Amino acid sequence: MIDWTGYLPLILQGAWVTAQLTVYGCALAFAVAFAAGLGRLSRHGIVRALASVYIEFFRGTSIFVQLFWVYFVLPLFGLTLTPLEAGVLALGLNVGAYAAEVVRGAILTVPKEQYEACTALNLTRRQSLRHIVLPQAFVVMLPTFGNNAIELLKGTAVVSLISLADLTFQAQVVRAQTGSTAFPFLSILLIYFLFALLISLATRGLERRLARGLDGARA
Amino acid sequence: MGTSAKQPIIEVDRVAKSFGPLTVLNDLSFAVAPGEKLALIGPSGSGKTTILRILMTLETINGGHIRIDGEQLFHMERDGRLLPADERHLHRMRSKIGMVFQLFNLFPHKCVLDNVTLAPILTGRVPRAEAERRAMELLDMVGLADKARAMPAQLSGGQKQRAAIARALALQPKIMLFDEVTSALDPELVEEVLNVMRRLAHETDMTMLLVTHEMSFAHDFADRVLFFDRGRIVEEGGPDDIFRNPREERTQAFLRKIIAAGQRI
Ligand SMILES: Nc1ncnc2c1ncn2[C@@H]1O[C@H](COP(=O)(O)OP(=O)(O)OP(=O)(O)O)[C@@H](O)[C@H]1O
Ligand SMILES: [Mg+2]
Repeated sequence: MIDWTGYLPLILQGAWVTAQLTVYGCALAFAVAFAAGLGRLSRHGIVRALASVYIEFFRGTSIFVQLFWVYFVLPLFGLTLTPLEAGVLALGLNVGAYAAEVVRGAILTVPKEQYEACTALNLTRRQSLRHIVLPQAFVVMLPTFGNNAIELLKGTAVVSLISLADLTFQAQVVRAQTGSTAFPFLSILLIYFLFALLISLATRGLERRLARGLDGARA
Repeated sequence: MGTSAKQPIIEVDRVAKSFGPLTVLNDLSFAVAPGEKLALIGPSGSGKTTILRILMTLETINGGHIRIDGEQLFHMERDGRLLPADERHLHRMRSKIGMVFQLFNLFPHKCVLDNVTLAPILTGRVPRAEAERRAMELLDMVGLADKARAMPAQLSGGQKQRAAIARALALQPKIMLFDEVTSALDPELVEEVLNVMRRLAHETDMTMLLVTHEMSFAHDFADRVLFFDRGRIVEEGGPDDIFRNPREERTQAFLRKIIAAGQRI
């Protein structure tokens, strides 16, 4: 009989790495999504083009290839990243490209009458966006953002390929050392599920808080 | 009021506007004196909303000129030449004009008070406390002091429109544009909004342009009435002239229809 308590710390270290990847990756994805999503709606053709290229490129190639590029090819151009940095960068840019379309779509749901009210109140474009358009669009984005974050969490397993010791990597280590598949993979299954549940609950809580004021209706 | 001796605050000079192949305004000219209360009436599609939206810079024009307070609205005079207005010029010109919309267009994510204070705080650089004090005065005037913290979705149509009026007034524009502000309201809520507008007309020296299908209100409210048809002013005059003794055949036909539909004039 194997003493599993000895292996639990390994799994928990993996969970910590996966949590970091998810949190930093989401933060990056969030920032990039707003930049690219707003870029797609810019008045300037060049900004729109740049945003489109980024979005199409990262949606059109696999996260696997993107990660290898970030980790193995960027050093050839003099940019060496730690595995964690490489993982965060690849995941953030990949999921950010999907979330950018969410940002763009949500902004387009804000009716043009809201923009007209802003003009009549002599707000600048920037003020209208910040105080009127984005707060209303954010409520629309939030549920899909929750899905994007869970996609990112699930995507983190790919970093085990650049030997970053995340949950999936540690499960394989435990399996190699003990020969047992059930314990390590059952425990990471539970942990992934718990993380996803946490993300769901957090977004739903935030949704409810933001929707309370809006009361589900437009004025 | 309504004398042409003063320099007009609004001069619309041979303005043309079309949407694609559809000509909506055709060589339209009129002037408004400071403080004048003007009612714009006319059949559906005659261009009344369009001219208000143009004055609010929500639409551009295809020809002609508009001067507000002696200054070009869509053009900038530079070294004797007229250039198309840039965003900064439009921003400065808009500060003279406010508009109230048919469907209120309140900001649904902000409470009534924040709807009213937002623009003064952002554009007027008024400190929040001062902006809130003035907003409460305005809300009191429109009878909504007790709804300051309510969200727009919790208000009736009439309350929403009164909040929208307070919001537009908060920037203290010289010119206010009202586009059928009661036509989206249930009949029993119309009067509370009209009462607010009557008070405004009597108690302020703001220039007001009102598009309406409520003829008896137009009669009480206006110093002068413009009758629009197919993008042109067919007839204009004092409310008694227009409503009691219309000269033009088209004005007479329009008013006959309104009376036939059951309105008192
Ligand atoms: N954005 C637009 N695109 C195309 N056509 C438009 C647009 N806005 C207005 N029109 C057309 O311009 C004409 C004048 O419209 P406008 O809204 O100014 O009329 P109105 O006098 O306000 O009518 P109503 O009394 O029904 O409100 C109408 O034929 C309308 O269909
Ligand atoms: Mg109209």
